[in-house]
Amino acid sequence: MTRRSAIIWLTLLAVAIVLPWLFYDFAHHRPAGFVISMLSQMGMMIILALSYNMLLGQAGLFSLCHATFFGFGGYSTIHFLNAAGAGELPVPTELMPLLAGLSGLGLAIVFGAMATKQRATAFAMITLGIGELVATAALMFHHFFGGEGGVSTDRMIDQSLFGLSYASGIQVYYLIVGWTFVAALLMWLQTMTPLGRMANACRDNFERAQFMGYDPRIVRFLQFCLAGFFAGIGGGLYAITYEIVTFDAVAAPLSANALLMAYIGGNMVFVGPVLGAVLITLLQSGVSLMSNSWLIYVGVLFIAMVTFAPAGITGIIMAHGPVWRAGRLSRLILPYLRLVVPGIATVAGFVGMVELLSFLTIGAAAGKHLVLFGSPIDANTAAPWAIAIVLLVVGTVWLRFEARYFARVWESVAGSVEARA
Amino acid sequence: MEVLLVSLLNGLVYGMLLFMLASGLTLIFSMMGVLNFAHGSIYMLGAYFAYESTRWIGFWSALLIAPLLCGAIGAAIEIWGLRRVHHNGHIAELLFTFGLVFIIGRSVQMAWGMLPMPYRVPASLDFPLFTLYGLQFPAYRGFMLLISAGMLGGIWLLLKRTRVGMIIQAALTHPGMTAALGHNVPLVFTIVFAGGCFLAGLAGVIGGNYQSTEPGIADAMGPIVFVVVVFGGLGSLAGCFIASIIMGMVVTFSVVIDASIADLLRPIGIVPRSDDLLGEILTVPVARIGALLPLLMMVLILFFRPRGLLGTRDT
Amino acid sequence: MVGWRLFTAIFVGLLGIASVGAARAADDTIKIGYIDPFSGPFAATGNNFLKVFNFILEKANAQGGPLGKKYELVTFDDKLQPAEALIALKSVTDQNLPFVMHCVGSNVGSAMIDAVSKHNARNPDNRLLYLNCGALATELTNEQCDFWHFRFTVNVDQRAVARIKTLPQSVKSVYLLNQDYLFGQSVQKATQKYLAQYRPDVKVVGDELVPFGKVQDFSPYIAKIKASGAQSLVTSNYDRDLNLLMKAGNDAGLEIRYDSYLAHQPGGPTSTGPAGDNRLTSIMEFHDNVAAEENNPAAEKFISEWRARAEFNFIPLDYVTMFQMLTAAINKAGSTDAVKVAKALEGMKVTDMMGDENVMRAEDHQFLGPLHEAIFTHSAKLDAEKTGLGWKSEAKISGADLTLPTSCKMKRPAS
Repeated sequence: MTRRSAIIWLTLLAVAIVLPWLFYDFAHHRPAGFVISMLSQMGMMIILALSYNMLLGQAGLFSLCHATFFGFGGYSTIHFLNAAGAGELPVPTELMPLLAGLSGLGLAIVFGAMATKQRATAFAMITLGIGELVATAALMFHHFFGGEGGVSTDRMIDQSLFGLSYASGIQVYYLIVGWTFVAALLMWLQTMTPLGRMANACRDNFERAQFMGYDPRIVRFLQFCLAGFFAGIGGGLYAITYEIVTFDAVAAPLSANALLMAYIGGNMVFVGPVLGAVLITLLQSGVSLMSNSWLIYVGVLFIAMVTFAPAGITGIIMAHGPVWRAGRLSRLILPYLRLVVPGIATVAGFVGMVELLSFLTIGAAAGKHLVLFGSPIDANTAAPWAIAIVLLVVGTVWLRFEARYFARVWESVAGSVEARA
Repeated sequence: MEVLLVSLLNGLVYGMLLFMLASGLTLIFSMMGVLNFAHGSIYMLGAYFAYESTRWIGFWSALLIAPLLCGAIGAAIEIWGLRRVHHNGHIAELLFTFGLVFIIGRSVQMAWGMLPMPYRVPASLDFPLFTLYGLQFPAYRGFMLLISAGMLGGIWLLLKRTRVGMIIQAALTHPGMTAALGHNVPLVFTIVFAGGCFLAGLAGVIGGNYQSTEPGIADAMGPIVFVVVVFGGLGSLAGCFIASIIMGMVVTFSVVIDASIADLLRPIGIVPRSDDLLGEILTVPVARIGALLPLLMMVLILFFRPRGLLGTRDT
Repeated sequence: MVGWRLFTAIFVGLLGIASVGAARAADDTIKIGYIDPFSGPFAATGNNFLKVFNFILEKANAQGGPLGKKYELVTFDDKLQPAEALIALKSVTDQNLPFVMHCVGSNVGSAMIDAVSKHNARNPDNRLLYLNCGALATELTNEQCDFWHFRFTVNVDQRAVARIKTLPQSVKSVYLLNQDYLFGQSVQKATQKYLAQYRPDVKVVGDELVPFGKVQDFSPYIAKIKASGAQSLVTSNYDRDLNLLMKAGNDAGLEIRYDSYLAHQPGGPTSTGPAGDNRLTSIMEFHDNVAAEENNPAAEKFISEWRARAEFNFIPLDYVTMFQMLTAAINKAGSTDAVKVAKALEGMKVTDMMGDENVMRAEDHQFLGPLHEAIFTHSAKLDAEKTGLGWKSEAKISGADLTLPTSCKMKRPAS
């Protein structure tokens, strides 16, 4: 590990440790619970997204059942915690995620043996089937999964390496930070092992990898198992945080989320899924509090990313790397600034239209009051509609114009950087 | 016996409805390599459009208007959406349709609200066709069979007898070669995508009042159609047809079987205890796990025969 | 590296935006955190309940709320997922709201009971009460009963008692068809139990669990039901599952009573339509015709106001009663302190809008109120959802008749 990457890792760890205290609730002299639970969720989702990216980004495997291992780890942890609470399992809380990871690994070995026989679309379809199978089974078999009601536990089992009770959310948060850090570090190191490199080779050209004497199937299998292991760790943390696991933890929407996070963040850079996990969690927990139409925003964000930035957010950032090193970044400032106003107008117009429309059909029926951008609005008058439409239309046209200008500048800058190199 | 015959008929009706959805999807999938996640959403749009046009004009015109609207939407998606994403790879295309699911789902809720719509069978078709062991077979189901059989014939003629059909067939199995021969493959793609959406819309028109018209139907129909397409195999309409009928039958028949694995084991002297997980799995009757069977069949066929039932090439 | 700086900036910025929504405070209102699904597949249910509550609270506040303050709902979306509900609960406790209310889903309800109990034990200075307005599973006030949980609606077992007791004497054979999930299974067990207890003369000719929300065509089930010769189909099915069931039944010309538990839910009458005329019954707290049936002008005015603004029937009379009880309890306690209000609520008796007595039982915090058995018919005075058909009461069961023994062993806090 180089010195620079060590600094980055430690900085991130420090940020994670300090973050909850930035939102300290001075009125009640306690850390803000909502922020902590959101940060805790981010931790789990980071593990989920990173482990998913071991498949998508590293091995080019498009899996649709990643939540299966996450959820299975969660369910197992509930049973482990219950056993520990009954005094039958002398394992401290801190090591429970490890057991969860091993459960995930076990299940991944079974399903991996089936799924990794195939690649590409057939693999995706098998995993879709496996995911649906497990999710349906979770509702059907009560002994392990508890049906609709799920299984629950009490995380205060009084077995701790550090003498912690885990009564408060902040203690659990630090447990999550610790495990997220360890798991992320291990996954990062794994990308540099021969297995990690071979996974990349099999992704890019599996026939050549085969000629070199490696069996791509074994590589896929190992990669799949490891991904299942780390997803299981995430599930264990989920179980400890919520003290209940229901079938949502193995269901398709969570698998889809793993995919969204890895893709939006950018699957070709290690840190991409982390960014994606943070962003999607904020969207789900934060924006869903403000708007019930959040799914449409996710959809639009997603389509925009797929169309304009297939390498994800980190892809966009990385593209600036050469320009920055060449000292030409300043030439991009003006084009960027010129994008800001029409960009904001388009987004505001779009959000306005969506909120006005959904208020008319759904919100008003539920007797809500429409508040947009901090001010109450009467959806039955023409003014807000006109403003939204004008913003949307003018914004879009203007944005297209500015985008062309931006593209011209970008090409000339990138061209000159390339020419110098 | 009576249950058997009734189920056979109903399985056929459901299977044909599935085929109407799956045929479009399989054409799109085979040619473009895109598994269109939004196909169920288009089906839902078809049902809602049909409801609206039934309200204003009438059911018979809805039979044409709604599919045409869906086809137009499909063409728009292909031209302004998928074609741009194409060079970013298959996963990007797949994710694009994935985003569409969210957008169409919420848009339908915004336009029509979240409660089910009273889209009903037209009065002229609302009578029992014949009676079988005391159970009536409604005329509307007969009508559904008629429409889907007509569609089957139409597609067959189109593919076998027209020039476009020949090109589509060629592009199904050898997309690269077809392009190399100078055919306008992007145009063919647009036609196929629009055509697939047209069929999904048609399925929506006749399925919307057979089932119900509400925001949940996209999610209800989506997965099973996927299963049919994958089960049937890539590049084969015949496989798709057989898979549709099989799945229709499996889903309809599984609910009438009360037996469980334990019943099979009993003659050889194994009686599982029902109070542990294994016992629970062994004693659950087939009727309760009916929804699981298609998925199980799909996973098994992919495991043993990754091309699917009649697939002509690897996925 | 520029990436990291940007990353941190975006992160902190977005986090800031999200937490702004969480920090609000006012003193002249009594805020109630309301957690239910407002997005996703079950959003319709949450939004309908919200509409009902807004109407009820408007009335309650107009009469002057408890301690001269006004009620205010703070809504949170749980997408019907327990984990999301628990995150929302964290926001509720963050804002020190004294009450959290939740209606949809016994799985979420069970998680909420557990979480509220743990929270109150771990944070004695920031306790809150869980007002359950719709998680119906009987266990929640039996094995899982908790001091901090009050259920303001009638549970599955009580509904089953009402269902069985109102079954016509002419019915001698029933077919049970329930959804294969928590609610359906508990309806199945309760129906079996009380059929044996109250109607030993009735034969159960079929007993079936169907996948929840997954069946596309109920025709094969209809064939089985027809073959069994049952006179009545007792079912927990609602929404789509009930609609498709009846559609298949009518298509096949099956002559049978559909004795349901939840057919009255918003959207149910629309999707059922004329197909349900005079053959569909349901068990409900109230409907738009009760006021006229019982000659209660005040209630008739209430209903006409409701009908002016909503497209579906007013069912949850128990929610009106719930706020009557809550107001009385807060007034009695003189504050919104969780322990004091809970003690005041225990054993409380109030007379509801229709003049019937309702009780909040102290032993298990289970509400006892009346239920109606009503039939869906074109001869009803006021229709439901503009279908031309409406609900007409056939029988009424008082809260006292729905008193069932409880296995609750409640742990009470010392202070």
